[in-house]
Amino acid sequence: MATLSPPTRRRLRVLGFLSPWLIGFSVFFAYPLIATVYFSFMHYNQIKEPTFVGLKNWRYVFEQMPLFGPALWNTLWLVVVMVALRVLFGLSLGLLVTKIKSGVGFFRTAFYIPYLAPPVAATVAFVFLLNPGTGPVNEILSKVGIDAPTWFNDPNWAKPSLVMLSLWGIGDLMVIFMAALLDVPKEQYEAAELDGAGSWAKFRYVTWPSITPIVMFAVVTGIVQTMQYYTQALVAGKIASGVNIGPGSVIQPGYPDHSTLTVPQLVYSMGFQNFNTGAACVLSLVLFAIAMAATLLLMRKRSGLLSAED
Amino acid sequence: MPRWRIRARVPVVLAAAGLLLSGCANPSTGSDDDDPTKPVTLKFWHGWSAPGEVKAIDESIERFEKLHPNIDVKATGNVTDATINQALRAGGGEAPDVVVSFTTNNVGQYCDSGMWVDLDPFMKKTGLDKKKTFPKTLLDYTSYQGTQCALPLLADAFGMYYNKDLFEEAGIAHPPRTMSELKATAKKLTVRSGKDSYKRVGYMPNFRLYQGSPDRLFAQWGPRYFDADGKSRLAKEPASYDYYKTTNALIDAQGGFGDLEKFRLTFGDEMSSQNAFLTQKLAMLLDGEWRGLMLKDAKAKFNWDVAPLPVPDDQADTYGRGFITGTVAGIAHSSKHQNAAWELVRFLTADTGQVVDLANAIHNVPSTFAALKSPKLDADPTFRTFFKILRSKHSQALPPTTNGNSYVNSFGDYSYGVEAGHEKNLREGLKELDDQIDADNLQSEN
Repeated sequence: MATLSPPTRRRLRVLGFLSPWLIGFSVFFAYPLIATVYFSFMHYNQIKEPTFVGLKNWRYVFEQMPLFGPALWNTLWLVVVMVALRVLFGLSLGLLVTKIKSGVGFFRTAFYIPYLAPPVAATVAFVFLLNPGTGPVNEILSKVGIDAPTWFNDPNWAKPSLVMLSLWGIGDLMVIFMAALLDVPKEQYEAAELDGAGSWAKFRYVTWPSITPIVMFAVVTGIVQTMQYYTQALVAGKIASGVNIGPGSVIQPGYPDHSTLTVPQLVYSMGFQNFNTGAACVLSLVLFAIAMAATLLLMRKRSGLLSAED
Repeated sequence: MPRWRIRARVPVVLAAAGLLLSGCANPSTGSDDDDPTKPVTLKFWHGWSAPGEVKAIDESIERFEKLHPNIDVKATGNVTDATINQALRAGGGEAPDVVVSFTTNNVGQYCDSGMWVDLDPFMKKTGLDKKKTFPKTLLDYTSYQGTQCALPLLADAFGMYYNKDLFEEAGIAHPPRTMSELKATAKKLTVRSGKDSYKRVGYMPNFRLYQGSPDRLFAQWGPRYFDADGKSRLAKEPASYDYYKTTNALIDAQGGFGDLEKFRLTFGDEMSSQNAFLTQKLAMLLDGEWRGLMLKDAKAKFNWDVAPLPVPDDQADTYGRGFITGTVAGIAHSSKHQNAAWELVRFLTADTGQVVDLANAIHNVPSTFAALKSPKLDADPTFRTFFKILRSKHSQALPPTTNGNSYVNSFGDYSYGVEAGHEKNLREGLKELDDQIDADNLQSEN
């Protein structure tokens, strides 16, 4: 057996140490990504042999699929509004629970518990609470003379209702922000107070610079998660529509009027209801490209911020 | 690493990836060279879930196993089309041999994709004459472009249930036969409660109400969805315009879409004791033949009866027609025991005694000529009304396409917009809908 040269041995050792990650990366990221690109140029119904169709699937998605526009708009709307509000709300709650002097354990638990509710159960409960005909929320609002919207049944209110649902389960972000806020050095606040800084100045010049990396983390993961938004929108639409889903029927996502249709739902619908694998792969790649671009943009922005600070 | 080595490796890696990907793309295929008299276990997936229905189908399997002691049937109930689709595409040892779908909408896709095998060779082999066994409408909806990949396993016909007590109270002599009569009757039976609510609605045409999806009522106009070339022709179809005009007039006559939708959202689940017809929130209901048994089981607190759905005023002579669909059975392409599987499919779909027993047990319309004439069939007149609807030469099923029910979904989506008043120009909207359906069908054929 030939003896390996020291550089080759070193390379093999490095590869050996890297192998768990390399295997995971290849199986769970590289292979699915290559497969998605491959099938985006194929006609494939998951039964017959795939056949090469060039750019037909791409043209179909961009030129002939009327639901692509609304789905992309809804997804981006949710990304912008939901992520912004979640960060804002999570940070506010984090600030609030770090400031509370008594009963802090109770409040932290109370704000965190909704996050533990399974997404489907939480969505069903929300749709029940906001049912325009029988839900307690509208009943109470009508008693105090407010003409309430029909929430999940109104195309203008369905997305805001989903945002409300996501804010209700904000516990995860609250905990992350709380940890970051408690990590801000106390002496910096004392120094700022000596300089005569008020609450806002302390937040702007002490708290905010310290927690910027955490905010960035929350924004980036929030964008990636919201780009994949699926379960709550599907369940809310299905339950709110009141349409019975029997063994022979298909859930049509997006109720009402496609206002809650997101790209991931369209991917599922195309890929696993219509068995139009090519179009589903194109949609997935569009989603991937947008998420990647947004992440890269934010990461560049963040490194700029950090170097300015440094 | 020298550059040439990298260049040489790229095509190798790509070729390997391509081979790997295409290798993963083919689920297993089955075989029809098995001996149906040899011991075998068949996996049978169906959608029945109500206790009475499951009991009836289990009894059917027991009868089959007595006739075929070498075949053991392992049944799994409450399976949706989506689950069947995934399982048959993924293949593997746990995939079913015999499958039942509760809708005819996907038959075109099943036949064209080869997911369900063509049953004609099996019929030829065992001497079953399909034309003498099953009505033509039912054969049409279980085949696609000459491939008979499914057979009807009982049928569903749609008619109108009406509350006889409320009709008597309002002095209405008979159920409406034309759309004008339906509008007048519905208006008379509607009782409002407060500004924007109701105590009762005469007839709710909203497309999301229970079985009221747009294709069901549209069948009363006898529309042609596709031309001879398979192109969508809804914009050219005069019935489309009359249909939307009628449903919108029905909505307006009873208080408008917003109020009706709000009321609809207070209804209980369709299959529960809170069904709005059962709780008398609705005086008339478009529904299938199974509802009769459910009303009896629930001991409805009022007298009710059944009639065919009304027809357009200018097609009064077609009264008695209705929308037809049904449960269908087939054999999975991946089944390794297709001859044995055929024995089960043949027994369930074509054995007269079996079809009659199952029809009586779960109150579905029998799907063979012999069963329809059988003296053993339940004599209940309300049930028999649906037999007449099934036999009407004007009754209509949805045409199958290679894209399954995609066009039905597109038509449904468009109709939701029309009933909500979002569609201002029907002609333009329907043209766009036709283009969309054609583009979707073409995409699935590529």
